[in-house]
Amino acid sequence: MKKGLLIGLAVVVVFIIIAVSWYTGKYNMLVGLNESVNQAWSQVENQYQRRMDLIPNLVSTVKGVADFEKETFTAVTEARSKVNQINVSSDMLNNPAAFQQFQSAQGELSSALSRLLVSVEAYPQLKANENFLQLQAQLEGTENRISVERMKFNQVVQDYNTKIKQFPTNFIAGMAGFSEKQYFKADTGAEQAPKVEF
Amino acid sequence: MRFTKLIILLFTFSFTGIFAQADIPVLKNYVNDFTGTLSGSDENQMEAALRSFDKKTSNQIIFLMNNSLDGYPLEMFTYEVADKNNIGTKENNNGVLFYVAKNDRKMRIEVGYGLEGALPDALASSILRNEVKPYFAKGDYSNGIRSGLNAIISATVGEYTRKDNGKDDDKKGFPWGYLIFILLFLIFGRGRGGLGTMILLGGLGGMSGGRSSGGSFGGFGGFSGGGGSFGGGGASGSW
Repeated sequence: MKKGLLIGLAVVVVFIIIAVSWYTGKYNMLVGLNESVNQAWSQVENQYQRRMDLIPNLVSTVKGVADFEKETFTAVTEARSKVNQINVSSDMLNNPAAFQQFQSAQGELSSALSRLLVSVEAYPQLKANENFLQLQAQLEGTENRISVERMKFNQVVQDYNTKIKQFPTNFIAGMAGFSEKQYFKADTGAEQAPKVEF
Repeated sequence: MRFTKLIILLFTFSFTGIFAQADIPVLKNYVNDFTGTLSGSDENQMEAALRSFDKKTSNQIIFLMNNSLDGYPLEMFTYEVADKNNIGTKENNNGVLFYVAKNDRKMRIEVGYGLEGALPDALASSILRNEVKPYFAKGDYSNGIRSGLNAIISATVGEYTRKDNGKDDDKKGFPWGYLIFILLFLIFGRGRGGLGTMILLGGLGGMSGGRSSGGSFGGFGGFSGGGGSFGGGGASGSW
């Protein structure tokens, strides 16, 4: 009788040990994935921030040109301040509404910028200005970096989202509070880096 | 809600599907001209220059020219090529791809993460505009490419140095293996075997020690990527 109880206890203990180590392994994997999502997100954020920092320079260069249409650069400034009002953090990755708001504000800024860069075509004095051309190259480079980092981010998120939904990892994800993260949607026009032939 | 997610997922997949369709060339050399524009001697000379630059600095500058992008977006193409071919080293991400689509009259310098400081977008665009474009506009491709590559080299020259080069020289300079063998022989080897054999063996040990540390990029083989990654830096141009 006692022997049977001991064996039963031993089986339970072994089972618990296996379960705990399995849980720990999966949990740590999710922590690692979550961390790489955050890292990819901070790269995306960096590039958006870089764009924000370039805009004042661009606007002041364009402003210096006589008779440059005012509405194009005020649109950029307005879109920029709208983006500025958004409180950016990695928490928004779990919040579809906040993420959507962030994405559409950035998208508006993208299209305002591309309109500005297209309207520049009409001003030969800008297109001959090395200072402006370099600024334009930086901006185009940033737009391109944004799309590359967004693509990398989407890949990492896809991996993470798949893992937390897979059986049986989904139980652990549910218990430990790993929730689904938002993707970037390829939205209309904003995906495209402003194209200016020079 | 579920439905939109599904659409996004489908979209992502179809997106990657489109990318996979483009022909991303596997680059075997530093200079890859698929148009037959460059003369053999020009090609060899540029190849040698880029190879020795890689050996010295570990910066990998790769040139690629083909006829057309066939409607594929320029920036996507160069990113994919640079990324797939692992240009640059893994620790420094110091690769550069200079791409020319001859008939499209488009070109781009794609810069790896680690060289974005030495070769920022503004400089890359000014290289294309001021070093390359004037030659290309005259139809002088070889000089345009050469002056572009030279400008990229001089921008990135001070950024990194190949680390294993230094160690390699040390080992060749002093045969530690040889010395250790002699010491071991003096301490333990008395009465066993001849002195001459041991010194010979020690010498071999020292030599092979020095050789095995040589870089994998040495010799006359073509280019092989070091695992560098790219983030979309660089600039595009046309002529």
